[in-house]
Amino acid sequence: MLKDFFKLSLQEIRHRRMRSYLTLTGIIIGIAAVVSLISLGQGLQNAIAGQFASLGNDKLFISAKGNSFNPGLSIDAVWIMDKDLEIVRRTSGVTLATGFVTTTAAIEYNDQARYFMVYGESTDPDERALLGESNNYKLASGRVLDKGDTHKVTIGSAYQDETLFGKSIGLGNTIIVKGIQFKVVGIMEKTGSPPDDQAVGMPIDTYEELFETNGALGMIVAQTQVGEDPVEVASEITTALRHSRNLKEGNEDFTIQTPQEMAAIFSSILDIVQIVLLGIAGISLLVGGVNVMNTMYTSVLERTRTIGLMKAVGAQKHHILTLFLIESGIYGLVGGIIGVGIGVGIAKLVELVFILVTGPSFLSVEISWVLIFGTLLFSFVVGCISGVAPALRAAKLHPVDGLRYE
Amino acid sequence: MTAQSLVPLIQLHDVWKTYVMGEEKLDVLRGVTLTINKGEFVAILGPSGSGKSTLMNQLGLLDVPTKGKITLEGRDLTTLSENEMALVRGKTIGFIFQQFNLIPTLTAVENVMLPTLFQGIAEEERVVRGRKLLTMVGLDHRMDHKPGQLSGGQQQRVAIARSLVNDPSIILADEPTGNLDSISGAQIFEMLIHLHRDEHKTVILITHDEELAHHAQRIAYMKDGRVDRIEEKATKNSSRKRPRAE
Ligand SMILES: Nc1ncnc2c1ncn2[C@@H]1O[C@H](COP(=O)(O)OP(=O)(O)OP(=O)(O)O)[C@@H](O)[C@H]1O
Ligand SMILES: [Mg+2]
Repeated sequence: MLKDFFKLSLQEIRHRRMRSYLTLTGIIIGIAAVVSLISLGQGLQNAIAGQFASLGNDKLFISAKGNSFNPGLSIDAVWIMDKDLEIVRRTSGVTLATGFVTTTAAIEYNDQARYFMVYGESTDPDERALLGESNNYKLASGRVLDKGDTHKVTIGSAYQDETLFGKSIGLGNTIIVKGIQFKVVGIMEKTGSPPDDQAVGMPIDTYEELFETNGALGMIVAQTQVGEDPVEVASEITTALRHSRNLKEGNEDFTIQTPQEMAAIFSSILDIVQIVLLGIAGISLLVGGVNVMNTMYTSVLERTRTIGLMKAVGAQKHHILTLFLIESGIYGLVGGIIGVGIGVGIAKLVELVFILVTGPSFLSVEISWVLIFGTLLFSFVVGCISGVAPALRAAKLHPVDGLRYE
Repeated sequence: MTAQSLVPLIQLHDVWKTYVMGEEKLDVLRGVTLTINKGEFVAILGPSGSGKSTLMNQLGLLDVPTKGKITLEGRDLTTLSENEMALVRGKTIGFIFQQFNLIPTLTAVENVMLPTLFQGIAEEERVVRGRKLLTMVGLDHRMDHKPGQLSGGQQQRVAIARSLVNDPSIILADEPTGNLDSISGAQIFEMLIHLHRDEHKTVILITHDEELAHHAQRIAYMKDGRVDRIEEKATKNSSRKRPRAE
């Protein structure tokens, strides 16, 4: 019997082709939005978690308050200084610490000038390695900066691209940073993050001279001793820095973050973004549902005579109810199937664009069967629920009223 | 059963139907008392607006009277729930309407099969019945045509086939030839006579065509919501009817 009801509903849906397509479109948009946003959001979440996991959890990042994501860019900001780095180095539980400072400066090459990030890094191999690990900087070709390198720089992978300066920059080329000539000795691997890939690195001493920093640092990265609790060490450093900077407890003008904390911040920001996006997707799905309801009401009205006839020839309430619920359920299910397909397509497309732009393995979209079947079920349920009120109206129709309807 | 041994099938006792429209009350049926016997051919005749269709709705369990009692084989129908009424309708009554009332999106055979859908009859059985009945009404070459592709007479033949698909004992026809030309109308009428004579169905024909009504065994004349008088006929149709072997 259900099979025949399905057939009847399908015939009806096919009969009103244009309206059915429009109704389906509403559901498709909603479901495609839900699927693509969830899978992209999940992919992004995973990517970021992966990035932080690769940092390891034995590192601490010390920066001036409100300054952690754009060190060196604000003018009136408080600074972490050279002498703070010395204090961190002397704190027990810290095996290694290094400073890092960045700014934006004019880079000239091939008679063209553009502004990019310039950073200063330690030339000590261990400290450099610690920083490289934290920043995800790896040497691709040439060499890293050495003690005694003065007018030497390493450059990000983006400079090999001709589009930046009309000409690719390679090892041995000379670029001008803030009016001074520097020779390129190393090229870094692609990280996938454009600012990092366009960054120019130089020894921190050279940086301090060139930008007249007076010992200001953007950030200190400290490595904690094996077996020490990074949180304990962080509180030791806090106490030491508070003393040296003459601050009262609770008034610290610096922050110390562990990778886990940073991951948690990112992840909670992403959660909010995802909730907002899902809300938008949910609204479009709701609109799709209302659309189905509207179509079903119209369909019930148009078929008043048919319903009356069906009742006359023996249809009971539940027969009519089932018939119309199947019809709206089909909208939900078919719209859901197409929507899931399109949603997965969109997510994969975005992933592809990311791979083309930032290199592989940054964003890997996660499409789970749970998501697919969950969404299909959800879509079917939305379709059915939207059909309940119209179907009830149809089921309650009096046979005489149905047959008399013009 | 002979023409003499009358077994009451449907009995209406003082049936009233009142429509309330705002302040106004309209008594469409005003105390109809009528007995329809098993296997008989009854015509209900009357001018337009006299309440014939309203009466058919009560007889066919499509509606509940405002007042009065209707029994089917002695069973009181006025106390049935909506679903119980649907069940009785589906099994024991076949409807033929003036407007055919076929479902436009279904083919002829699907239209014929429709009432079986609500009786939980197996698919093969339903198809067999549908095809057999369409063949019987002479439409074996139009099985998969939609109503829109059929003439009025053909559509009404589909409707007759549909009315028979659950093998009901009662056929209720409300002006079945009202929308047809005289030739198609005559064909349809012949079929009703055949159903009565050869299939032993109880046929209730509603019409305002005197001539058609005179083919019936009894004519109930309706006027202003009442059965004005009943005329017993000894038509060639009923006289031709031979007593069946008991
Ligand atoms: N649902 C309703 N609400 C109000 N009035 C109704 C309703 N149904 C029927 N009537 C009225 O009842 C009266 C009888 O209607 P009915 O359809 O039974 O007449 P009829 O004898 O079948 O007429 P016809 O030969 O034209 O078909 C008419 O005046 C009609 O307007
Ligand atoms: Mg009428």
